[in-house]
Amino acid sequence: MTKDEFKKTALGGLTNNPVFVLVLGMCPTIAKSDNIINALSLGICTAFVLVFSNVIISALRKVIPDKVHLPAYIIIIASLVTFVQMIVKSFMPELNDSIGAFIALITVNCIILGRAESFAGKNKVLPSFIDGLSMGLGFIVSITLLGSIRQLLTMAFGSGFFDKTMGGFIVLGLLMAAFNRIFDAVKQYRKRRTPLIEREAV
Amino acid sequence: MDYFIGIVSIVISGILTNNIVLNQSIGICPFLGVSKKTQSAVGMGLAVTFVITVSTSVCWLLYSLVLEPLDIGYLSTIAFILVIASLVQLLDIVLKKTSPTLYNSLGVYLALITTNCAVLGTANSAVILDSLDFFQSLMTGLSIGLGFTVALILMAGIREKQALYDVPRPFAGFPIALVTAGIMAMAFYGFSGLSFV
Repeated sequence: MTKDEFKKTALGGLTNNPVFVLVLGMCPTIAKSDNIINALSLGICTAFVLVFSNVIISALRKVIPDKVHLPAYIIIIASLVTFVQMIVKSFMPELNDSIGAFIALITVNCIILGRAESFAGKNKVLPSFIDGLSMGLGFIVSITLLGSIRQLLTMAFGSGFFDKTMGGFIVLGLLMAAFNRIFDAVKQYRKRRTPLIEREAV
Repeated sequence: MDYFIGIVSIVISGILTNNIVLNQSIGICPFLGVSKKTQSAVGMGLAVTFVITVSTSVCWLLYSLVLEPLDIGYLSTIAFILVIASLVQLLDIVLKKTSPTLYNSLGVYLALITTNCAVLGTANSAVILDSLDFFQSLMTGLSIGLGFTVALILMAGIREKQALYDVPRPFAGFPIALVTAGIMAMAFYGFSGLSFV
């Protein structure tokens, strides 16, 4: 793995952020970002499954026949989710009450199957581990950011709007638009900047 | 009679008061992904309704006849996802043989139903969390599927009109769809006053 590849993979969580750029895994992002604790704990569970599924799938990528690779991936992911479910149920029963249903739904989270299909199934174990870690961190940061904004708004305006689904949709939509605006501004700044640097070099 | 009222309230809550997309925010990926054209929205909605109904019934049978008697209920997630995946595969094969026109119009969406959270989420909540009986689970599956279809078709209708309007650049694409969905969810929240029990 060259240094450039490492850099690209490790920054994947930022440049290819699963929530704001790829727009994957929307269900848990909206449903469980109603407060910061739910958001953070669901983010950690998802990232855990993502890292380990990436590692296991990339280690088995030559063993799994191509025709049945999707069912095989789903079974690997479902087993990891069952493992997480058991741990949360026995050690954190309160957390299980608030996000339990969504831990089962990590199985069908598009981020995990998407990374398995587009990265882990084609790459070696170490790059896949780094990719899982970076994407997982990207997801944790995004869902926690959304969760903290919604919790602050709920504290400011009272419960009933921002802690419900409708608040989730609207806050995520506005946040995504804001990020688009920032990306655009950065791109324009770079465009204006490039000729200057070239001139200096000459 | 009480049982009948229970069934009616399951149907009303599945379609309106507890709409799976707009109130529980499950199944948002296809809701945002397949809502650009009304025609594909109808096809997708009906295919999802079929898969949810059948998979909820099959998962109910599997859970209460096999998993629970053997005391291996913790394997439910793996078992349910297997049921759903094979059901979608079966639907794929049957549709390809019997009605190629419908098969072609559904296209890739058919395979995507496996990873639709609404299917696994409904099976999970109806069979394990609420411990309903067989007919109630079947009706839950059917009404949640119809609720999903209603939300998808409404959203597709709005987005078809929206494509003609001049949306501010940062909002183009997903952000405006999300804000629209938020306003729709507010409207659906008004149904939460409906109650039959």
